Amino acid sequence: MDNYLSLFTEYNIAAAFWVNIQLTFWAALISLAIGTVLALMRISPVPSFEAIGAAYVTIFRNTPLTIIILFGVLALFNQLGFTLSPNFNENFFRMAVMGLAIYHAAFVCEAIRSGVNTVPVGQAEAARAIGLGFLPAARLIILPQAFRGAVVPLGNVLIALIKNTTVASVGSVAVEASSVMKTALEFRGDIIIPIFLTFALGFVLIVIPVGLLTTWLSRKMAVAR
Amino acid sequence: MSTEPQTGGRVADGSPVVRLANVNKHYGPLHVLKDINLEVAKGEVVVVLGPSGSGKSTLCRAINRLETIDSGEIYIDGKKLPAEGKELARLRADVGMVFQSFNLFAHKSILDNVTLGPIKVKGLPKDEARKQALVLLERVGVANQKDKLPAQLSGGQQQRVAIARALAMAPKVMLFDEPTSALDPEMINEVLDTMITLAKEGMTMIVVTHEMGFARKAADRVVFMDAGQIVEQAAPETFFTNPRSDRARDFLSKLITH
Repeated sequence: MDNYLSLFTEYNIAAAFWVNIQLTFWAALISLAIGTVLALMRISPVPSFEAIGAAYVTIFRNTPLTIIILFGVLALFNQLGFTLSPNFNENFFRMAVMGLAIYHAAFVCEAIRSGVNTVPVGQAEAARAIGLGFLPAARLIILPQAFRGAVVPLGNVLIALIKNTTVASVGSVAVEASSVMKTALEFRGDIIIPIFLTFALGFVLIVIPVGLLTTWLSRKMAVAR
Repeated sequence: MSTEPQTGGRVADGSPVVRLANVNKHYGPLHVLKDINLEVAKGEVVVVLGPSGSGKSTLCRAINRLETIDSGEIYIDGKKLPAEGKELARLRADVGMVFQSFNLFAHKSILDNVTLGPIKVKGLPKDEARKQALVLLERVGVANQKDKLPAQLSGGQQQRVAIARALAMAPKVMLFDEPTSALDPEMINEVLDTMITLAKEGMTMIVVTHEMGFARKAADRVVFMDAGQIVEQAAPETFFTNPRSDRARDFLSKLITH
C-alpha cells in the first residue's frame, strides 16, 4: 500500500489531469465554434457552402486524430516553422488544442445537424414567412431549438474529446495524464497494474459527471411541442 | 410577360395585390400547377377549394415562395417575387402566412412569437412591438396567455396566435393554408370567427380551406382547383348553387352526401 501511495508523491497526478481538463476546455470551445459554422454551412441554401462543410466533415471525421496532431507538430512546426506561441511548451499545448478542435469540430457539426433534424420544417417556414433571412432564421429560430435537441450527441462528443486529449502526448504535451502515466510505468515496474487502474479511474471520474449532466440537461431543455 | 391574365378580381384601385401569371410547377413527373393565372384585388377574400392533391396548398405556398415555381411570374403589390436573397425576405414580410400546423416558434413565449418579426425584420423598438402585440393578442382573444409557451395552448388558441403573429407584420395580403384542418371540431369556429372579422375589416385574404360555411359567409370569390388547374371561379353563392363544370359539381356532390 505504501508502495502504491508513493506514486502520488513521486508524480503530480492531479496536475497531469488538470492539463487534460484544460485541453478539453479550449478544444471544446473552439470545436463548438467551428462545428456551429460548419453546421450552418451544411444547412445553408448556398450549394458551395454546403459542399465545403460536407468536405470538411468527410476529411476530418475520417482522419485519425493521431495523424492530425502529429501533422501539427512534425509538419507545421518542425518543417514549416509554424508556431502558435513563442513559449516552447505553450506552443505544443496550443497545437494540441487546435488539432483536437479541428478534429472534433467535424463531430460537433454532425451532432448539431442531428439537432437541426429534431426541429420541424414548419419552424423554418414560419421564420421565412415573417421575412427572416437565412442567418437570422438560423440564429433566432433553428439553432436555439437544434442545440436543445443536440445536448446528448454533443455530450457524447465532449466525452470522446475528454478521452482523446490523451492523444496530445504524441504532440509533445509531456505533462498531460497519459504521458505522465507512461513515465510512471517506466520507473515503477512494481505497481504497473495499479498505475493503469489509477489513470483509468481518473478519466472515469471526470467523464461520469459529464454523462449525468447531459442527460439532465437534455430533459430540462427539451422543447415542448 | 407576353400574356396578361384576364381572370376575375375587383381591380378597382389600380394593380392587384397578388398576381400570378402563367405559373407552372412540377414535382418530378407530376404537373402540380398548370398555367395558373390569378389576380387578387385589394380587400378581396378569395377561397380556394378543391379535392386533395389538386394543388391548392402548393398554390398558396408558392405565393410567398415557400414552394419554388418552374415558370411564370408572381407579383406582390406590383413587385415581382425574386428567387432568393434580401429582396425576397422583404417581400415575404408583406405576405402573412397561417399554416395548417400553426408553426409557432416552440421555444418562444406567445408574446415573443408576435414581437419577433416586428423587432427583427422591421426594426421596431421593443416596447412598441410589445404594445402592438398585446393589442393584436387581445383582438384574437389570447392576450391572457401571453407568457405561456405555444405547447401550453390549445390548437385553436395557437392558430389565433399564429394569425396575430402574421398580422403584426402589417401584411398586404394574408395566406391561410388549411388553417382549421388540424383542429379539433370545437376549436374550428373560434379560428373561423377571427378570420371572418379580419375579412370584414378589409384584409386581402387567400384562404385554402374545406370549410364551405366560411366560403359562403366571407368569400368574395371561390376559386375551384382540380388536378393542378383552376377549373372554375365564381361568387360563392353562384359556385355552390350553380357550378358550371362537371368536376366542381362532382366535388360538391361528395361534400353534401357525407
